[in-house]
Amino acid sequence: MNAPMTFGNDNPGSGTRERLVVIGNGMAGCRAVEEILARDPGRYSIAIFGAEPRVNYNRIMLSPVLAGEKAFDDIVINTAEWYEENGIELISGDPVDQIDRATQTVIARSGRVEPYDRLLIATGSDPFIIPVPGSKLPGVVTFRDLDDVDKMLAAADKGGNAVVIGGGLLGLEAAHGLNLRGMAVTVIHLMPTLMERQLDEAAGYLLKTELESRGQVILTGADTAEIVEKDGHVAGVKLKDGREIPADIVVMAVGIRPATALAKAAGLEVERGIMVDDHMITSDPAIMAVGECVQHRGTCYGLVAPLWDMCRALADHATDSPSGYEGSVTSTKLKVSGIDLFSAGDFSGGDGAEDIVMRDAARGIYKRVIVKDDKLVGAVLYGDTADGSWYFDLLKKGEDVSDIRDALIFGQAFASGGALADPNAAVAALSDDAEICGCNGVSKGTVVKTIQGGACSLDAVRSQCKASASCGSCTGLVESLLKITLGDDIQSGPKTVCKCTSFSHDDVRRLILEKELKAIPQVMQELHWTTPDGCSSCRPALNYYLLCAWPGEYVDDQKSRFVNERMHANIQKDGTYSVVPRMWGGLTNPKELRAIADVVEKYNAPMVKVTGGQRLDIFGIKKEDLPAVWADLNAAGMVSGHAYGKSLRTVKTCVGSEWCRFGTQDSTGLGVKLEQMTWGSWMPHKFKIAVSGCPRNCAEATIKDFGVVCVDSGYELHVGGNGGIKVRATDLLCKVATEQEAMDVCAAFTQLYREQAWYLERTAPWIERVGLDHVKQGLFDDPEAVAKLAARFRYSQQFMQDDPWAKRAAGEDAELHQHLAEVRPLEFAQ
Amino acid sequence: MIGDWLDIGPTDQIAPGNARTLPVRGGEEIAVFHTMDNQFYALVNKCPHKQGPLSQGIVHGNVVTCPLHNWNISLKTGEALGDDEGCVPTIPLKVDAGRIYLLREAVVAKRAAVAKAA
Ligand SMILES: Cc1cc2nc3c(=O)[nH]c(=O)nc-3n(C[C@H](O)[C@H](O)[C@H](O)COP(=O)(O)OP(=O)(O)OC[C@H]3O[C@@H](n4cnc5c(N)ncnc54)[C@H](O)[C@@H]3O)c2cc1C
Ligand code: HEM
Ligand code: SF4
Ligand code: FES
Repeated sequence: MNAPMTFGNDNPGSGTRERLVVIGNGMAGCRAVEEILARDPGRYSIAIFGAEPRVNYNRIMLSPVLAGEKAFDDIVINTAEWYEENGIELISGDPVDQIDRATQTVIARSGRVEPYDRLLIATGSDPFIIPVPGSKLPGVVTFRDLDDVDKMLAAADKGGNAVVIGGGLLGLEAAHGLNLRGMAVTVIHLMPTLMERQLDEAAGYLLKTELESRGQVILTGADTAEIVEKDGHVAGVKLKDGREIPADIVVMAVGIRPATALAKAAGLEVERGIMVDDHMITSDPAIMAVGECVQHRGTCYGLVAPLWDMCRALADHATDSPSGYEGSVTSTKLKVSGIDLFSAGDFSGGDGAEDIVMRDAARGIYKRVIVKDDKLVGAVLYGDTADGSWYFDLLKKGEDVSDIRDALIFGQAFASGGALADPNAAVAALSDDAEICGCNGVSKGTVVKTIQGGACSLDAVRSQCKASASCGSCTGLVESLLKITLGDDIQSGPKTVCKCTSFSHDDVRRLILEKELKAIPQVMQELHWTTPDGCSSCRPALNYYLLCAWPGEYVDDQKSRFVNERMHANIQKDGTYSVVPRMWGGLTNPKELRAIADVVEKYNAPMVKVTGGQRLDIFGIKKEDLPAVWADLNAAGMVSGHAYGKSLRTVKTCVGSEWCRFGTQDSTGLGVKLEQMTWGSWMPHKFKIAVSGCPRNCAEATIKDFGVVCVDSGYELHVGGNGGIKVRATDLLCKVATEQEAMDVCAAFTQLYREQAWYLERTAPWIERVGLDHVKQGLFDDPEAVAKLAARFRYSQQFMQDDPWAKRAAGEDAELHQHLAEVRPLEFAQ
Repeated sequence: MIGDWLDIGPTDQIAPGNARTLPVRGGEEIAVFHTMDNQFYALVNKCPHKQGPLSQGIVHGNVVTCPLHNWNISLKTGEALGDDEGCVPTIPLKVDAGRIYLLREAVVAKRAAVAKAA
């Protein structure tokens, strides 16, 4: 600034110059003053009120100060000399309490009254404090100004536990700082994904994993119930699920609210922020507002970049050369050392929007750009943000990217490479010894030779030279080589799980085990899914594969399940549900029948039907009534029949030797035992069992997935049967002598099917695909195989056999059954 | 301005990847969706195919797959995607300070249309 010294000696409020009073000595207020001075240094006599007792500093650098990477002196923007040299009167440590528009004065806490010709409100935001019990305790701090940082540093000096509530930008920077300062840090975040406003699920997952590896505990989906007190100081945080986390300090970083109280009290128009026009003028022409406290064209900002544009427009107008502010596109970076993360624009996808995703699991990279109408509209980058500013530039300028569309995801260097913008051309230009597959060390020459030797599909290449057979990150390169070498003669390989991946079901299942993948976002990252969060085909499949691979460890992902499995009932064409309680082996008793009859009457079920699976189906139950229906059925000892699931459905039996004159064994008893062993197990598809007491086969065991036909000398075990559109009779698997052996083989066969079949493949098509011999080998080649498989099945069953109805009846996931609210327009309210 | 928007409660009532319903007395039930990307949308809770309850479908990207016959419906426009044809009305929605608002006019317009038809 080159303003002459003499301005400092002016008598405020007098003379020819207009008096400009600024409320808020923060980033926007001071920047606005700088911009005005740069245009017309003599125009105003200026006074700035600041609530904080210090000069203006760079608020965003409080994070490095907390982390110990910077000192306060390093982050001062405007020194005391600056105010003096520019003749600005700084009244710090004295907040303005009132604006009197009638007399055009402001009144400060000290009682000082200051007249203005023009007033600028730049009060920033207030941190939001969640109103839980204990939120006002000593030791609960926010993260907004230097005093907050000092409080955190004082706590960190004593060591111990810190809890940060809020896993957004601010919260994570606070957590990082406290972690570096030696505290044990737990981050509590309400949403399932960290920084969910800036990151998609995939990037949020990578961030969480990285922070956990640095020793932070990250609890997502965690809702704070109260802050626990001990001896008048904070002692911990209690979650709604009952967990309690010890804390010596609690940082609330759940969001900010524009500081509008002063403006509102003065009668200015205020919605979420102080309403301003394109020149930052409020509803009173003498009053301007700028920064986080304003609402411009419906938007309130929480980042600094928009402030610079606002301040430019404000200064243009205040010096009589109005330009106008048109709103800002923002981008986010996280200031945590060692973590590269960038997000900008709209990444919600939408119609006509196309996602381009690139993942490199080995280097921990996830990149996603969103293109719509030939323009880049959003970008999320994790692990490699070098191209962030290039994407942001394309985004802000709204440039047509159709020419570089295919190369866009590879970044600026690649996309602007002219002829190389075609990825095939880029791959063609690679030398023969360039490495294509890092995992298996396969060069381009080898891949090309393999293709020329007759491998005409991705799968053939994978199996013959191993390129892209492990992590799959070079799939794109191999596909390019196929295209270059064969032109249109490429053959498509075996069915992939869905269009989100180039891997088949078998590959995915194998890699989940080999690489110990334990969460859906992890599978998608490691196996280079081409979509950010999968689709309705792969999500349920992955959920099942993980559940099967890691029993007791993997937490079922409800939102990846088809409605019936989420609601634990069968949806009907009118949107109501049918409810089928389990009747073991088709047996029932007066108590159960009475309970069912009562439910039918109490909830006005329009129909009850005896199913082909030997139980009763109650139709027409509304989703709101389901928990109550289940509670009533539970009370009579009945549990879910899983008639809705890709799971064990029912075990159908005949009456057998107990009553029937032809019966050879106790088929009913065995059926009950089989159902008790297998109920609750999740499967690739539905699974039905039946037991007939003799070869007359009244229970139709030979069209079931597993059928037992009793004979005098023991039990014939049949597999792979199916009713339905394409009837398939079972194949005879083996014959055993005892009930125990029949049970063991049943458990082993079921487990083999669970571990090997593709999701949504029933036993019949599975056996047709792999062959009965394959199944027999799997079960009998190794004399131990049956025992091992059965043991794995029984282990998994430990975690599966808890009645989902009981949990819902007890109130779990109640929101799935309840409406949000009901709208009753006046005319309809009685 | 606020008066034109109907406050239907805080955003955390709907977990990401889920939807919840809002019956309208004398009108058509509305389904409010929360996507994995943290966007919110509202549609009439009726699939354009055979009136399946879209609120019960699997949400991926900003598409919901109808639970009855797997049509994919765009949450942004209400249109059926792919080869299927049809469209379900959308209700303008905004999120402000952690609360969800629906355009009152659109919530009520549904009711008027139904009343007329009846
Ligand atoms: C720890 C932290 C890290 C951040 N990191 C980033 C980042 O990486 N990138 C980014 O873009 N943004 C970041 N931000 C946000 C950025 O700091 C804000 O957007 C910016 O400071 C807003 O400027 P402002 O002038 O509107 O508000 P402020 O800078 O908050 O200034 C407002 C000032 O007004 C004062 N005041 C309020 N009421 C009165 C009154 N009645 N009388 C007198 N004075 C009053 C306040 O004390 C304050 O000093 C971060 C914020 C924090 C807290
Ligand atoms: C989404 C579509 C379907 C639904 C909602 C459905 C639902 C049901 C229900 C609720 C039962 C009673 C089962 C029980 O008591 O557990 C049943 C029985 C039956 N279903 Fe389906 N079904 C469907 C598709 C099919 C298909 C595709 C087939 C053929 C492969 C099939 C074949 C059968 C058979 C054979 C029975 C009698 C079961 C037995 O006797 O054990 N169903 N179905
Ligand atoms: S299958 Fe045999 S034992 Fe069972 S009821 Fe029929 S005839 Fe009797
Ligand atoms: S009713 Fe929605 S797909 Fe048929």
